[in-house]
Amino acid sequence: MRPIWLIARRELAAYLKGMLGYVIFAVLLVLEGLMFNVWALSSGEYRSAEVLGAFFTLTFGISTAAAVLLTMRLFAEEERDGTLVLLTTAPISDWQIVLGKWLSAFVMVLLFDAMTLHMPLLILVNGHVEPGHLAAGYLGLALVGAATTALGTLASALTRYQVVAGVLGGAFCLGLTLMWMLGKVADPPFDTILSYISLHNKHFMPFMRGSVHLRDVVYYASLAFLALLLTRQIVGARRWR
Amino acid sequence: MIEVRGLTKFYGPVAALRGMDLSIPEGEIVGFLGLNGAGKSTALKILAGHLLPTAGSVTVGGVDLVAQPERLRASIGFLPEQPPLYGEMQVAGFLQWLGELRGLKRAVARQRTAEVMAQTGLDRFAARPVETLSLGYRKRLGIAQAILHSPRLVILDEPISGLDPVQIVQMRALIRSLRGEHTVLISSHILPEVQETCDQLLVLAEGRVVAHGTEEELRALVAPSLALEVEVRGESAAAIAAIERLPEVHAVTEARRRGEVVALRVDLRREGRDQVARAVVESGASLWGLRPVDNALEAAFMEMVRPQGAPNDREATP
Repeated sequence: MRPIWLIARRELAAYLKGMLGYVIFAVLLVLEGLMFNVWALSSGEYRSAEVLGAFFTLTFGISTAAAVLLTMRLFAEEERDGTLVLLTTAPISDWQIVLGKWLSAFVMVLLFDAMTLHMPLLILVNGHVEPGHLAAGYLGLALVGAATTALGTLASALTRYQVVAGVLGGAFCLGLTLMWMLGKVADPPFDTILSYISLHNKHFMPFMRGSVHLRDVVYYASLAFLALLLTRQIVGARRWR
Repeated sequence: MIEVRGLTKFYGPVAALRGMDLSIPEGEIVGFLGLNGAGKSTALKILAGHLLPTAGSVTVGGVDLVAQPERLRASIGFLPEQPPLYGEMQVAGFLQWLGELRGLKRAVARQRTAEVMAQTGLDRFAARPVETLSLGYRKRLGIAQAILHSPRLVILDEPISGLDPVQIVQMRALIRSLRGEHTVLISSHILPEVQETCDQLLVLAEGRVVAHGTEEELRALVAPSLALEVEVRGESAAAIAAIERLPEVHAVTEARRRGEVVALRVDLRREGRDQVARAVVESGASLWGLRPVDNALEAAFMEMVRPQGAPNDREATP
């Protein structure tokens, strides 16, 4: 565990000592604040639970964008700067390298999610928020964050160019999110499969409504594991190339 | 002891290493010579554990690279040509972090950080961000990180490239200071540098080790003859005539003239430095200098790395 934490700690310091983390957080939080104000608070009368559900949908999209932006540098930057050799020649496993990098981005996304907490609390001004609903929604966001940062880490391991990694990571997340649309037009059994692997609809909606199902937790955990496993394979394969 | 047997590496259909064999004794400084594309960098990356071979074996102190890669990497320190450094970290913080990543306990990493900073002359810069260091000090930091965890084998890829003359002298002293404590493998294409620093030389060509030995052993492979540069002042014509009469001398040519001092190249059939010196003095000229012409290692190197079937310059010259 120690090497994983050491790698994560250095990555976290790189985010927080430089401007990158702050710029991503500031831009996305302002964007989310504006959208939450316009979309969730200002258009008509809704029940508190509906506003909270809308907030979680919005935060799902914005925190996914944060995950893509935060992860695109993880391997691509090191590959470009030639610093990856410090990790690959250290007496640690490829799994530890991948998990350390992913953990740093995951912690950053959790921080981002935590910074959005004031928005649902604003609902308390004119409404009521169930703590269980709030906790379930944030658990869902954390699980989505685990999966999307894993997908972003995978994208970053595929290329030495950060922009390409960002585009790839965005494509992975957007593609998986929109799978439910393909599921609607596909024939059985593909409709069920495509609908099941969609990042949002089937699995995130219960969290938005305040319900936690084991199948959804397993889905996000499995997706994160699969993406990290592929990343580990790519990092390992580089030694043989 | 570092043992490499049949080391082979293919990049797709391209062979970078073709069955490389070598043995390096503990505690020596070994120079790794070869032309660009000879496979030096690939071999170093495999020895450092960054790449894995297509075939063959690498063992350091009995630990096998493929069977126990993490254990082997703990016994190796590696400085690539461009030092891999995190610019935003402070010098001491970088070394401390890397020490812990390489398995040192926090207190031990702190102690080793202080020791290697003192050894590499970086203690003044402990709190400086790495990105503010000059190239010379970055190279030093690169060496500091390579020896931080007291590895058995230290691999330095072109450690002096890009350094100014003062930095080269300092770097040379630093590398020499590693002798005995570590086995050091230095890759370089600067022959005089390798001659200055290394105990043994390895010559790599077309993915194979084509020669391995001390500098003298390599010279002897292709340079059995002896040439001298003799500087005389005054009656140079008389000196030339006197040297030419010696049975040890094959030929005398004027190499250059600077004022009254003439430099002569004297090709000998056999050792004859005493006789040449005496002949110059007895001719009435002043002997200003006498030294062997030292291009033998370069000639040996060129001979060894010459592609098979390529014309030999010496043979081609009429």
